[in-house]
Amino acid sequence: MLAFTLRRALQAIGVMIAVGVISFAMFRFAGDPVSQIVSIDTSAAERASIRQSLGLDDPVLVQFGRYFINAAQFKFGVSYQFRLPVADLLKERLPATLELAVCATILAMVFGILMGVYSALRRDTVLAKLFQAVSLVGISLPTFLIGILLIYLFAVTLGWLPSFGRGQVVKLGWWTTGLLTLSGLKALILPSITLGLFQMTLIMRLVRAEMLEVLRTDYIRFARARGLTTRAIHFGHALKNTLVPVITVAGLQFGSVIAFSIITETVFQWPGMGLLFVQAVQNVDIPIMAAYLLMVSLIFVTINLVVDILYTVVDPRLRATVSRAS
Amino acid sequence: MTQPVLSVRDLEVEFVTRRAVLHAINGVSFDIAKGEVLGVVGESGAGKSVTGLAVIGLIDPPGRISAGQIELSGMRIDHLPPEEIRRIRGKRIGMIFQDPLTSLNPLYRIGDQIIETIRTHTNLGESAARKRAIDLLAEVGIPAPEKRIDGYPHEFSGGMRQRVVIALAICAEPELIIADEPTTALDVSVQAQIIALIKRLGRDHGTAVMLVTHDMGVIAETCDRVAVMYSGRIAEIGPVQDVVRNPLHPYAKGLMGAIPTLAGEDKRLVQIPGSMPRLSAIPPGCPFNPRCAFVFDRCRVERPEPVKHGTQAVACHLFAPATESAA
Repeated sequence: MLAFTLRRALQAIGVMIAVGVISFAMFRFAGDPVSQIVSIDTSAAERASIRQSLGLDDPVLVQFGRYFINAAQFKFGVSYQFRLPVADLLKERLPATLELAVCATILAMVFGILMGVYSALRRDTVLAKLFQAVSLVGISLPTFLIGILLIYLFAVTLGWLPSFGRGQVVKLGWWTTGLLTLSGLKALILPSITLGLFQMTLIMRLVRAEMLEVLRTDYIRFARARGLTTRAIHFGHALKNTLVPVITVAGLQFGSVIAFSIITETVFQWPGMGLLFVQAVQNVDIPIMAAYLLMVSLIFVTINLVVDILYTVVDPRLRATVSRAS
Repeated sequence: MTQPVLSVRDLEVEFVTRRAVLHAINGVSFDIAKGEVLGVVGESGAGKSVTGLAVIGLIDPPGRISAGQIELSGMRIDHLPPEEIRRIRGKRIGMIFQDPLTSLNPLYRIGDQIIETIRTHTNLGESAARKRAIDLLAEVGIPAPEKRIDGYPHEFSGGMRQRVVIALAICAEPELIIADEPTTALDVSVQAQIIALIKRLGRDHGTAVMLVTHDMGVIAETCDRVAVMYSGRIAEIGPVQDVVRNPLHPYAKGLMGAIPTLAGEDKRLVQIPGSMPRLSAIPPGCPFNPRCAFVFDRCRVERPEPVKHGTQAVACHLFAPATESAA
């Protein structure tokens, strides 16, 4: 088990090195950073000194080595646009994005699994068919459109919820949270729904399909022949087997929730990393873009690792394969 | 005679499909006495498994029991509400399915599955149920049961898994065990062990056993009586040695002729020409008439009812009472 985890961790480091190369390459191919910083009337001497102070006149390999060592210590350089260390900017924005992503995922998981189980067990009811129809909308409508529609309905027309921002936040050390104030919680509702809706419909459809599949298996028939209660069969035997593939998808989706939060954050002007990234793209602020790329891949890789380990916790057959392989 | 453990009378099961109503079981009647092993034999689709599922109340829509009655020790069970038939399943009737590899939930320890079943049907506490589970595993011949009880299904071989399945089927001391082709998915050598085990358990506990199979060897070895099914009906039923040595129904004759003998003359085994009609195209009269070597006019129009013939009962016009055949 330990060997398995270590091997997976090594693979994860390999992926991170590859991403590091790509994000470093962005500096070389997205134009001359110096001309982004300076104004038109800056003298050539000044430009040279800036170039030197940023280390841009060193050989590429030296620059890459330096970049890499710094990145490993979460030093991503200084933003061209804010003149602040990128790491600080990200750290400041991280709580907003993570809170939004976690909320959206919990929302998606809870409602997705509930609706999926319901529409599998009561396949022919009106409600189950309604869930199916609504889920089609959730899957096919683009996120920004859903966000705008929600804003139009709940913020503009009804005026119940704020249309942008995070509301009031409370500082807990370096972490800022909107979960402790009423305005923060209210501000969280619409973006969470927008961001989680796609995942929710995905999980719902997956749970429904898996559950129907599991209910047809021999061990469920045998469980019925043993006279177990319907509750024990549906929510013990069937649901546990259903959740094995759901864990993978939900886990991987958490990564894309963070990555896709770019759109939701833009629509709701949510002060998270996604919004920071979009602004960085507009201003060609390469250090932020590169750091964002690294951050997102780190999150993806970590989630993958956790999902792999979770698998073996849920499914004893994998535990056996894993220990045999190591 | 004492009351039979299982008494099935004129059972009919139909499946309602969009195009037609298919009659899977057409008037099946039989009894199983305490401690008796009844073999049910026939080709695929003859209605053997459906009969077993009907008895335990596991016919799922679109299928349903449309007529007849099923009595378990004198108590009618075919029209019970779902919750009451559930209480009978696993407690008074145990069931063993064909494929032990897929009968157990892969994510649960076998001990947990046994304990869960015991605790569903009895008032035993967790530790008492665990002790009982270990005893059961020992009884069905699992070595080192106190260790193996914490194993997962994938850690057991096919034969061992079938033993676990049997332990699950008998864990509440049922009056009746329905074994639906319990050995079909197993190696020949393991088959014999499993059959011996079912037979021993039936004898030790006085349990009635309904053994569904298409293996005539298993029938001859294990059963007290045998019912030969064809196209949703019982063609012939009687004590196993009589039916095997002296089959009356032409179809039963064909089946018995298909058993290879150890004496081993190099004769070709008898083969029944054709195949069983599909449920949607059962011919009028005797369903076997298109394949029967002894067919005559009456077979094509009139459905034969089972009639007593010595120890056996046979549904064939060849054996109909003289008064009727004269008509």
